[in-house]
Amino acid sequence: MRETSSKTNTMLNYSFLIVLGFIMVYPLIWLFTSSFKTNADIFGSSKLLPTTYVWDSYALGWQGTGQYGFQDFFINTLILVVPTVIFTIISSVIVAYGFARFEFPLKTMLFSIMIATLMLPNASIMIPRYILFNKMNWLDTYLPFIIPAAFATGAFFVYMMIQFLRGLPRDLDEAATIDGCNSFTVLTRVLLPLCKPAIFSVGIFQFMWTWNDFFNSIIYISSVKKFTVSLGLRLSLDASSAVSWNQVLAMSVVSIVPCILLFFFAQKYFVEGISTTGLKG
Amino acid sequence: MSASHSVLAKAQKKTRQKVKAKKNYQYIGLLYIAPWIIGLLIFQFYPFLSSLYYSFTDYNMVSTPKFIGLDNYKKIFTADPDFYQSLKVTGIYVLLAVPVKLAFALFIAMLLSAKLKGINFFRTVYYLPSILGGSVAISVLWRFLFMKEGVINNMLGYLHIGPVDWLGSPDIALYTLGLLTVWQFGSSMVLFLAGIQQIPGDLYEAGAIDGASKPRMFFKITVPLLTPIVLFNLVMQMVNAFQEFTGAFVITNGGPMKSTFLYALKLYEEAFSFFKMGYASALSWILFIIIMTVTAVIFKTSNSWVYYEDGRG
Repeated sequence: MRETSSKTNTMLNYSFLIVLGFIMVYPLIWLFTSSFKTNADIFGSSKLLPTTYVWDSYALGWQGTGQYGFQDFFINTLILVVPTVIFTIISSVIVAYGFARFEFPLKTMLFSIMIATLMLPNASIMIPRYILFNKMNWLDTYLPFIIPAAFATGAFFVYMMIQFLRGLPRDLDEAATIDGCNSFTVLTRVLLPLCKPAIFSVGIFQFMWTWNDFFNSIIYISSVKKFTVSLGLRLSLDASSAVSWNQVLAMSVVSIVPCILLFFFAQKYFVEGISTTGLKG
Repeated sequence: MSASHSVLAKAQKKTRQKVKAKKNYQYIGLLYIAPWIIGLLIFQFYPFLSSLYYSFTDYNMVSTPKFIGLDNYKKIFTADPDFYQSLKVTGIYVLLAVPVKLAFALFIAMLLSAKLKGINFFRTVYYLPSILGGSVAISVLWRFLFMKEGVINNMLGYLHIGPVDWLGSPDIALYTLGLLTVWQFGSSMVLFLAGIQQIPGDLYEAGAIDGASKPRMFFKITVPLLTPIVLFNLVMQMVNAFQEFTGAFVITNGGPMKSTFLYALKLYEEAFSFFKMGYASALSWILFIIIMTVTAVIFKTSNSWVYYEDGRG
C-alpha cells in the first residue's frame, strides 16, 4: 500500500516536473525554431516547427544592416568582456586574500562597507559616474567597464572569493611560510591553485553579466563601430522593417549561444557560485 | 548579512586568542585590499556624494553646474506627473513581481529537492532562463511571444480565449513584463534549494512520528528554517526590481500610455536623452531613499518573522 502510494507520488512529481520544465524552456525552443520560419509563419501560427524552412536568415542577419555586422559586434564584445573578466578575477583574488588572511586596523568596518555596497543601487551612482567618465574622456571606449573591474568594484565577486578562501586551512599558509614563501608567493603558489573552482565561478558570472549587459553599454558606447552584441541586436530590431523578423530572431539566438554553451559546460560552478553568495537574475 | 558578521567576529576572536590577546596587525593586509579601497573611493564613494551635490544643481554636461538649491526636488514633486506615474508603476511592479517570483522559486525548489533520478537535468532546465538575465535577446523573444499576432495568443485561440493585447493594453503590459521576471527565478531557487538540503532529515522524521501532515511540516519546519534565505532573496530581488530597465525599454519602451514607464526609464530619459543631469541626480536620490527605506523596514520587521537557529530571532 505504502509502496504504491510512493510510486504514484514519484510519477506525479516527474510528470509535474516535465510539464512545467517544458513550459519553462518552450520560449527558448520557439526562438530557435522560429529563426528558420517565414514572417507569415512567425505570426499567426502556433506551430513550433516551420512550415517552410528559411535557411539564409543567419547569414543575412549576420551581415547586419549597415556598415557593421555581427562579426564586428562579436569582436567588440570580446574586446570588452575578456579584459573585464581577467581584471575582475585578479583584483577580487588579491583583495579577498587581504580580507581573508590578514588583520589590519578598521578591518571589520571596511568589510561591512564592502557588504553594504552589495546593496548600493547602481541607479544612484550611474549619473555622476557618467559625468566622471566624460571628464576622463572615457566615453565611447570600453574603459568604463575594464578599469573599475581592475579595482575590485564588484563586491559580489570579492565576497565570493573571501568565502572560498576562508574554507582553505591556514596550516597551508603556515607550512609555506616555513618553507620560505612570502605572503604573495603563498597566494600565487599555494592558494591560487586551490582556488580554481571559485575563480571559475567568478569568471563565468562576470562573463555572462558583461556579455548580456545592456544598460551600461547603451549609456557608455555611442558609435556603431564600437557596438556590442546587445547594442547591435537592438539596432537590428529598430532597423528592420517588417521584412526580416527571422533575421532578428536568428541574431538573438546567436547572441545567447555563448552563454548557453558556457552554462552547459560549467553548470557546477553556477550552482556553487550562487549558493555561496546568491545574487542577481 | 549579520550571519557573516558573526562568522567574521568569531574568526577574529580566535586569531586574537592565538596571539594571546596581543593585537598583531599585519599591515600588509591593507596593501592587498588597497585596490578595492581606491576603487571604492573613485568609482563608488565619490560618485555617490557628488550625485547629492548635482541634485541641487542645474547641469547639462556642457555649461558648468549651477547651484539652484531645492528647485529640482520641488519640480519633481509639484510639476512632474511622469514622476508619479513612474513611481506608481514601479511600485506595482515590485510589489507583484518580487513575491510571485519568490513563491515560485520556493515551490520549484521544493519539487527539485526530491531525490529523483535525473533531478540534475531538471535543475538545469529550470535555471536556464535565468542565465540570460536582462539580455536584449530575451526582450526580443518576449516581444515576439506576446505580440497581438504572437504565439501566445495563437495558443489561447485554440482554447477560444482572446486575443489578449499583452503589450498594447495599458492595463496588462506591466504584468506581461512582470511575467518575464518571474520566469527568471533561477538564482533565488538555487538558494532555496541549498537551504532545503541543509535541513536535517530527523526533524521531518520526528514530525512524521507525531503524525504531522506534509503541508503542516512544510509550514512548521521547512518555511521557518528558510526564513533567513527568504529575507536575503527578498532584499536582493527588491533592490533589483526597483531598477529594472532592459525589458521595459526594449519590449514596450515605457508604453502604452506610460503604463510600463518604470523609474529606471524615467531616470534614463532625463539623464541620457535630455541631459538634465542635476534633475536626474535628484531623481536617483529619491530612488535611493525609497530603496533604503524599504530595506530598513524589511530588516526591522524581520526580527518578528525570521527564525534564527541560535534562538536570537
